[in-house]
Amino acid sequence: MSDKKFNLDTVEQAAATPDTELPWAELGLKENEFQEIKKILGRRPTAAELAMYSVMWSEHCSYKSSKVHLKQFGAKVTDEMKKDLMVGIGENAGVTNIGNGWAVTFKIESHNHPSYVEPYQGAATGVGGIVRDIISMGARPVAVMDPLRFGAIDHPDTARVLPGVVSGVGGYGNSLGLPNIGGEVEFDECYQANPLVNALAVGIMRHEDIRTANASGVGNKVILFGARTGGDGIGGASVLASESFDDTKPSKRPAVQVGDPFAEKVLIECCLELFKGSVVEGIQDLGAAGISCATSELASNGDGGMHVDLTKVLLRDPTLTPGEILMSESQERMMAVVTPANLARFEEIMAKWDVEYSVLGEVTGNGRLTIEWEGEIIVDVDPKTVAHDGPTYERPYARPDWQDALQADKFTGSAADDARPTGAELGQAIKDFMAAPNMCSKSWITNQYDRYVQGNTALSMPDDSGVIRVDEETGLGVALATDSNPRFTKLDPYQGAKASLAEAYRNVATAGARPVAVSDCLNFGSPEDPDIMWQFAEAVRGIADGCMELGVPVTGGNVSLYNQTGGKAINPTPVVAMMGVMDDVTRRTPSGWAPEHDGQAIYLLGTTRDELDGSEWARFKGHLGGLPPKVDLAAEKLLGDLLVNMSRDGLIDAAHDVSAGGLAAALSEACLRFGVGARIGLGEVAERDGLDLFTLLFSESLGRVVVSVPRSEEVRFKDMCTARNYPFARIGVVDAASGALDLQGEVAIDLDELRAAHEGTLARHFGEVAPG
Amino acid sequence: MAESLAASEVPLVGDFSQSTPNPALADVRVGVITFPGTLDDRDASRAVRLAGGTPLPLWHDEADLHKVDAVIVPGGFSYGDYLRAGAIAAKAPVMSKVVEAASAADNPLPVLGICNGFQILTETHLLPGSMIKNDHRKFICRDQTLRVETNQTSWTGDFAAGQEIVVPLKNQDGQYVADPKTLEALEAEGRVVFRYVDVNPNGSRNDIAGICNERGNVVGLMPHPEHAVEPGFGPSSSGFGTVGLRGGADGLGVFTSLLNQLVKA
Repeated sequence: MSDKKFNLDTVEQAAATPDTELPWAELGLKENEFQEIKKILGRRPTAAELAMYSVMWSEHCSYKSSKVHLKQFGAKVTDEMKKDLMVGIGENAGVTNIGNGWAVTFKIESHNHPSYVEPYQGAATGVGGIVRDIISMGARPVAVMDPLRFGAIDHPDTARVLPGVVSGVGGYGNSLGLPNIGGEVEFDECYQANPLVNALAVGIMRHEDIRTANASGVGNKVILFGARTGGDGIGGASVLASESFDDTKPSKRPAVQVGDPFAEKVLIECCLELFKGSVVEGIQDLGAAGISCATSELASNGDGGMHVDLTKVLLRDPTLTPGEILMSESQERMMAVVTPANLARFEEIMAKWDVEYSVLGEVTGNGRLTIEWEGEIIVDVDPKTVAHDGPTYERPYARPDWQDALQADKFTGSAADDARPTGAELGQAIKDFMAAPNMCSKSWITNQYDRYVQGNTALSMPDDSGVIRVDEETGLGVALATDSNPRFTKLDPYQGAKASLAEAYRNVATAGARPVAVSDCLNFGSPEDPDIMWQFAEAVRGIADGCMELGVPVTGGNVSLYNQTGGKAINPTPVVAMMGVMDDVTRRTPSGWAPEHDGQAIYLLGTTRDELDGSEWARFKGHLGGLPPKVDLAAEKLLGDLLVNMSRDGLIDAAHDVSAGGLAAALSEACLRFGVGARIGLGEVAERDGLDLFTLLFSESLGRVVVSVPRSEEVRFKDMCTARNYPFARIGVVDAASGALDLQGEVAIDLDELRAAHEGTLARHFGEVAPG
Repeated sequence: MAESLAASEVPLVGDFSQSTPNPALADVRVGVITFPGTLDDRDASRAVRLAGGTPLPLWHDEADLHKVDAVIVPGGFSYGDYLRAGAIAAKAPVMSKVVEAASAADNPLPVLGICNGFQILTETHLLPGSMIKNDHRKFICRDQTLRVETNQTSWTGDFAAGQEIVVPLKNQDGQYVADPKTLEALEAEGRVVFRYVDVNPNGSRNDIAGICNERGNVVGLMPHPEHAVEPGFGPSSSGFGTVGLRGGADGLGVFTSLLNQLVKA
């Protein structure tokens, strides 16, 4: 053909020219992996096949370093834990039965590296990608959350990354009409060139609407719909430019995908209409590895094969080579399998929503994935070898030789532990502490997110969980919290991961919901470093063991490795997302006392130990060392049961988890939540736990919650704690008139001053916005 | 307290002890338009339903209002806000019918534009002025206090003039601008319907949050009354006194105002 743009590398040609040099190393494949591909095919791969294998066998898509560890999530489960699990790990997202015919799907993923390169688009497409995972399960997306981690707050590059990421998360999520109901924000210099942008999406559906990604039924059509395919996000595929005859084509394509939330919003409504009409047999979103991933996943999960004509793909850039088309990560695309009988209905729905589509091919019965380009076969593979049989590595791992020294470096007695404020100076210290980057109010960020859209948000930031109503008739709904304590995890990856799990569990229970499912996003450094691999292995073991102890299954998640720059890895950051169910979301418990709770008794549940290592106070003083707080998941489970029952029985009107920043932070936040003060006396508790006031205020012992109890319910409250043998202590009363957090006998902290300190930090660093 | 008052004296807004709205209200059919990129259509429909009326979906591409008694142009990012917020939606077939009916000499159609809907109404010139980016250039979501400046419109009759209400505000192109002559006319003719109180969240001229046309049947505002219609899911404050956590439902009055006016008419 005279107008042919490429040296088309066909299967026939590959068989005839075994010695042609291929850029496998540039595409990220290892020598052994390339040899394995040749063995599987019985010949050298074509350029297009090489593109497919290289992306699908990448760490990101194949989990080759993490798979051997992740198996524990599937192994350490009981039948009891699985009873509400309708779809488990391996699909786009897990699905949990929450009763009344409703099912919920949620998942958390990372979009770290793109968000560093291009903060706005990286973060935006992170939201877009996870939302498409939710849609592909058949669900209507109903909320998003975003755990974010940045470098030092005063580093010049943070001023570039943070505003861009926040605008990107908001710009995409707000435009999709999804309330943002929570997340986390952490500043630490370990994230300087490796910000972590994790995004969670949750969706709801009726049981009968669950969809999965598989291509079944010989003769069924394979259709690509949504946005056109362009050259964005193909990054490494540029080395395949040797396919190209000329060098006049656009060479500098963005390696980061560009998002169009409008296209995605239309796609959501369009997909929901397809599901409602039962028009699609199988559906798969296009994310990482684009068409390579979608075709090989759909084909290998089905019972036959698939034939696709790549020339049918609608292109935004007509100069793309077949390899680039296969690898393109253009956003807002979906692939569906549709019976010939449903094709007309499918086309009608596409026309209604003005969505472009093209029929690429069909399901075949030969078990092969074949792809043609202008009549020539350029891919002929067993789809399972692409999608599921990638390499698996038993990466060496070993406890780092620096771990002992780190654990021996206790905060108490260290150079950083120079002055422990008492009395009047405690007031100023708490104000300064609550203004610190990691303790300050994050409303500057959350006020840039729509928390109201859809009209079902019962709780959102700054409460401990986001709570969303699922069923308007009954009030049935879900609570979600995401938590990670990377500092604890650095000190002891096994215990730190468990502590992160415990905190997420506690946050969900604090809102009044029964925790039922976990999704996790595991952010670590390079798996090729045995130190890092040990952190990873220990953290996974911690989460898997912890889930078993708590009786809550992992339903899915994501692994992000190689988060390091110049040999310096991030703190191990396993983010745990917990979902809980509540029968009536109007019974949810907020994280602070309101004016109408004036006079209520304030209790502290749990006991405090001398556990300052890894704490926010230690960070405030520039220290990281020692051992993290002791994790007791049996106690957490008991506490969770208590909180859920107390919420249901109306025994508590406010509940706030005691975690980062200890009791000092929990009391400050509970007072600031509605601007209502409290009189607090800690003498008896300090005596009971054998601690001085400072340690009681700043220790981060787990298993603790501050609650406010109506006077009329105090007896029942105490009876319930006593009956279940959970430690409790009355530490004060809500005092609406005082306008202060009054630590009696020590200092009264004016709430206006505390609020000014707490809320001023982000605006001072990143500019003023209208007050929330 | 309501029992001792005559039925006509029962406050129509701010009192949620009334569990059964007037059944006659259900006969009022309120169309809610969906454009590609509309986000708050289901919320607006819920608000109509909670106020006692019957919502009816209208599709952007259909030049037919299906004999509805009123129309809500809801919020969102119609057509991705590409070109200019509301600019493309203003040219949609359904909007030509809305403009025609809203401008009719007799029984002009009541129309409410919320947020993006307000932007669309200014693009169709049913309402004067325009919205540009917030002065601080960021998307902002906050519980916003508004003053209802006039109850002489189709959508504010249940309020007392001067009443303060709290409803969510969430936008990024919310700064209301108009030429000085238009602003002067709006003020002089009492056509500023809602004004920001305490905080002007986006730099709008004269603290304007919402306006109406000459006859008061067309109202547009940037904040979202449809997100303050149901205790438990609204703002945590109210212009009618203390409410519990997310107990604010001040926005419901906008929808009951319409229904009550149409039932009386």
